[in-house]
Amino acid sequence: MKIAITTSGDNLASPMDSRFGRAVRFLVYDTDTKGLLLVDNSQNLNAAQGAGIQAAQTVAEAGANVVITGHCGPKAFRVLKAAGIAVYNCEAATVQEALGLFGEGKLLTASNADVEGHWS
Amino acid sequence: MKVVIASGKGGTGKTTVAVNLAWFLANCGRKVQYIDCDVEEPNGNFFISAHFSKRISAFVMLPVVDQQKCTSCGECSAKCRFNAIVRLPGNTMIFPELCHGCGLCLLVCPAKAISEDEREIGIIESGMGWGGISFVHGVLNIGEPMPKPLIRKVKEQGLSDHIQIIDAPPGTSCSFVETISDADLVILVTEPTPFGLHDLKISEEVARARGKSIRVVINKDNGTFRPLEKFLEDRRLKITARLPENRKVAEVYSKGDILLEELPDYREHFSSIAAEVFRQSENLEHSPNGVLP
Repeated sequence: MKIAITTSGDNLASPMDSRFGRAVRFLVYDTDTKGLLLVDNSQNLNAAQGAGIQAAQTVAEAGANVVITGHCGPKAFRVLKAAGIAVYNCEAATVQEALGLFGEGKLLTASNADVEGHWS
Repeated sequence: MKVVIASGKGGTGKTTVAVNLAWFLANCGRKVQYIDCDVEEPNGNFFISAHFSKRISAFVMLPVVDQQKCTSCGECSAKCRFNAIVRLPGNTMIFPELCHGCGLCLLVCPAKAISEDEREIGIIESGMGWGGISFVHGVLNIGEPMPKPLIRKVKEQGLSDHIQIIDAPPGTSCSFVETISDADLVILVTEPTPFGLHDLKISEEVARARGKSIRVVINKDNGTFRPLEKFLEDRRLKITARLPENRKVAEVYSKGDILLEELPDYREHFSSIAAEVFRQSENLEHSPNGVLP
């Protein structure tokens, strides 16, 4: 299983980025191989519009099955849902911490967007 | 002749200047059309007492994907300038609220899987108002994020044998740029405050970048704000009129009345603005290619 976590850094100790569409990048953790992959999201950082849905396409292309992020807006959520990707909202400080909480089953799947579009 | 009344800052007196200029020109016996491009909150009709006789829907093109024909190649998604298309395997999703209806996706799709539908973004109402003034405005649908295509279609209703007085939306972004795109004269209304000056600077820069003839009307003038005078001098901007600050102007406006009927003292100022419009109109007629220097 591949888990994409929004982050502003490049390793497990990096802080989580609470934004989804305009996150700096995604750290994709493969639970089978324990491998890490960094996926850039900078093209969406300054997009005039549609950052959320393009970010959702990016994580889908990276093969993620799960997204852990701070907040996710309605349009991005629609794409993630259509791609069969489960969304978990999490306020952990670091990527490592978020993965830990996920592994312990302490995160709940989001059934809806938790913020309006353009919330940040 | 297309005269756009704009400002940048809201509340400077765009509609007041537009309505009263239209009134003045109509009283001079000119054929006048009032075009309200402030499609997000049009209100010129109240002042012109417009009676609408025609109402049409305005549409933008909306792409529709035939998922059977679609090969999920992602070309449409990659080329879309508005980030409105997402390609998932076997499911290409279009987000109408982001789509500008440009049609590029239809052109780039190698599988010819995208066809055109249309989506209503607002309505255009037209009719006749006070003193034989032709009137047209657009009303953007609630929740619709894209005013620009509607503004374009409102302007298409312009009558070429009329002096078109075009009330611009506030702001200096896409809506403003679209409104002034084919203007022969842009009259920027400002007020002697730091806020008025700040937005005047931006709108002047935008209008200048678009190669427009610019004139300035100072509304609520009290002659005390030096930075505005300095800016106008530095930029060599021609002041067409200074409308004196007067509480009664706001009272007249709040009742939806015509300033020049209630306060005839202001007629001389609008006479100056009208004279400038006539001058530009003559220049336009005499210029060989119909473009002002």
